[in-house]
Amino acid sequence: MSAEDIPKDYSESPINLEYFYTAGSATTRFLNQVKEGNIVGQGCPKCKAVYVPPRGSCPRCGVATDIEVPLTDKGCIESFTVVHIPIPGNPIVPPYVCAMIRLDGANISFLHLIQDVDIENIRIGMRIQAVWKPKEEWTHSLENIKWFAPIDEPDVDVATLRFHES
Amino acid sequence: MSDSKDLLRAPFELAYNYKRSNGPVMSKFFDALGKQTILGTKSSTGKVFSPAAEFDPDTYESLNDMVEVGPGGSVESFSWIEAPQKHHLIKEPFAFALIKLDGADSSMLHMIADCNEADLSIGTRVTAAWSETTTKRITDIKFFTLEK
Repeated sequence: MSAEDIPKDYSESPINLEYFYTAGSATTRFLNQVKEGNIVGQGCPKCKAVYVPPRGSCPRCGVATDIEVPLTDKGCIESFTVVHIPIPGNPIVPPYVCAMIRLDGANISFLHLIQDVDIENIRIGMRIQAVWKPKEEWTHSLENIKWFAPIDEPDVDVATLRFHES
Repeated sequence: MSDSKDLLRAPFELAYNYKRSNGPVMSKFFDALGKQTILGTKSSTGKVFSPAAEFDPDTYESLNDMVEVGPGGSVESFSWIEAPQKHHLIKEPFAFALIKLDGADSSMLHMIADCNEADLSIGTRVTAAWSETTTKRITDIKFFTLEK
């Protein structure tokens, strides 16, 4: 069969799943605080690691993380990627930057956006702080934080962020 | 530990806008549906697959001999949906059924509507009802109905 004989057509094949997400007790506690503009991680009673966002247990020790640890909205960029390809349905126009954010005092990072900076200036270890939506728009979501933006503080050597069991 | 009634719960929607490349065999199958014709593929052993199969599961040969089948057929198996949900295409009670189209040796999963549960049994004769507008998708067959 020659190439001309092959019809080059595609069929739309959308997949749509609608369901209820139940947060669980650890995420519920976390998101209730996020609604008030607070970021509260959870600490392991054994190894003292602090998890944000918390999942309720320490994967290293296998125990419940029942210590509430209030954190600031400042931290540094642990890792980042520049997104150039648009994702259907995503309102953010490329190029934009997704980064793993390591808040001060936390031992894990989470994914969020970096804005208010030229992309070429973004670097691992850069100090950043949350830019919040207006308080009246706050919900049970990390989207209360619009994005993270650089602050005028010296870079962090990410090697120093490595977890050392106490 | 909090009570389960205190847990946050929210509706969530996950959607992917996939486009599927039909390939040379399925393209013909879907093009034909757009012309209200149902095709199958025929293997060297004479077995006819509809919906069209790209390969024969017994002989492993690739298939491209297209033959017309249906639009009538018989019910091989069915499951009655008494209370259709939001995501079902038919809002009145209907059946999902495996339908062996005339001239085919395999069966097609589709819907049977405009009938009662009591009208259906294995072997019941049905025929394709076409959608008003065709989009070269399997839904060009709107559903199957009892053969008059």
